[in-house]
Amino acid sequence: MIEVAITHAFRDLTLDVAFASPARALALFGDSGAGKTSVLDAIAGLLEPQHGRIVLDGQCLFDHAARVAMPVSMRDVGYVFQDGRLFPHLRVHANLLYGARARRRSATDFARIVELLDLGDLLDRSPSTLSGGERQRVAIGRALLAQPRILLLDEPLTGLHREARAQVLGHLGRLKRELRVATLLVSHQADEVIALADEVVLLRAGNVAGQVDVAAFAAMQVPRVSGSAH
Amino acid sequence: MNPLTPDEWQALALSLRVAGLSVLASLPFALGLAWLLSRVRFPGRLLVEAVLFLPLTLPPVVTGYALLVLFGRHGALGEWLAGLGIVFAFRWTGAVLAAAVMGFPLLVLSIRVAFDGVDRRLERAAETLGAGAWRRFATIVVPLSVRGIVAGCVLAFARAFGEFGATISFVSNIPGETRTLPIAIYELMNVPGGLPGVQRLTVVALVVAFVATLAAAVLGGTAWGRRRDD
Repeated sequence: MIEVAITHAFRDLTLDVAFASPARALALFGDSGAGKTSVLDAIAGLLEPQHGRIVLDGQCLFDHAARVAMPVSMRDVGYVFQDGRLFPHLRVHANLLYGARARRRSATDFARIVELLDLGDLLDRSPSTLSGGERQRVAIGRALLAQPRILLLDEPLTGLHREARAQVLGHLGRLKRELRVATLLVSHQADEVIALADEVVLLRAGNVAGQVDVAAFAAMQVPRVSGSAH
Repeated sequence: MNPLTPDEWQALALSLRVAGLSVLASLPFALGLAWLLSRVRFPGRLLVEAVLFLPLTLPPVVTGYALLVLFGRHGALGEWLAGLGIVFAFRWTGAVLAAAVMGFPLLVLSIRVAFDGVDRRLERAAETLGAGAWRRFATIVVPLSVRGIVAGCVLAFARAFGEFGATISFVSNIPGETRTLPIAIYELMNVPGGLPGVQRLTVVALVVAFVATLAAAVLGGTAWGRRRDD
């Protein structure tokens, strides 16, 4: 269960977002510049909102009024950045285990996650030799192996070519079906949201424009799709 | 045929020992200070930088005198340290201290530039994976700065190896104890028939400086290559 109620004024956008959801697979959907990544950053602790409160599974991560701001490293979230951000000096194997080691957790799921994300042949490779899709799969595996309470996915398929995008989307779908980790996906692509989310928060210009289940969200996309066909 | 006299060998060995130990002893402090200057905005930062660079701008003799005032047997710190059995004045340990002080700005500057070059987003990624400040420093910042750290060590070593003014002011010219290679050259210049010795030691100084610089290029290049291509 995640509860977010935050406000933060940027130079060109005022973020004023409030939503709560028990969904295991939640998505934030909106155009570029709607404030989606800022919400993820606030949950992870990379952005300290000017006001508000964030609660994850009953634990307060941030509360401006109560002056609570849990350090980033203690929040127990797994953040998959749009650009992967693999550590360039570490091989894939060491990248994957980084979070588990930092949190002093045994990576009991290592073999399973390597198999689910099809990383077996990449373990000895350096990040600089990986393709965009491979890099993103490693970034997802690295975040998962830290055993987070929630996996934050920031446009994980953006910038990938069509084939790699379909491949990573397939892997994320497998993870959703086979692992029980909560996810919060940020995307501006409806097909990604429909494939990976159970519930969708619609963001528009820094505000919540609606919150619907994925079936209703899919139905909302039909006119757009048919409209774009003409 | 032995290319150097026993006294000259002694001066060379002492210089290598003094320069090496000065770098080793000052490296942890340089790493810490470089990190502070690179990552933390604190009041008085400019003042710290100004003090840090004083040994580069002050006449070395003045630095040596300041060390004598501070660390001499009756100096502000020297008397207290003598109580703990630590004596610097007119000892080879004092030559190490003088060399460390003179090389310190170069060491900190090189490391700081290297730290500035590390992509902060990687540190943020490590933070979301549960890595605290120390782990991020040890596993991300330092490994990605190896080239600058090596370059800084070599620069500081070369500076320490050639150190003369502060050393002779602080610890004088005691054969076998504080007569380093530059001091030996200076002394040979002032004795009749000393010219061949001056020439021999000058060649040695040139060789050591050249090998040190070459080693920096090779070590730095190797570390860089490993990071990129491994």
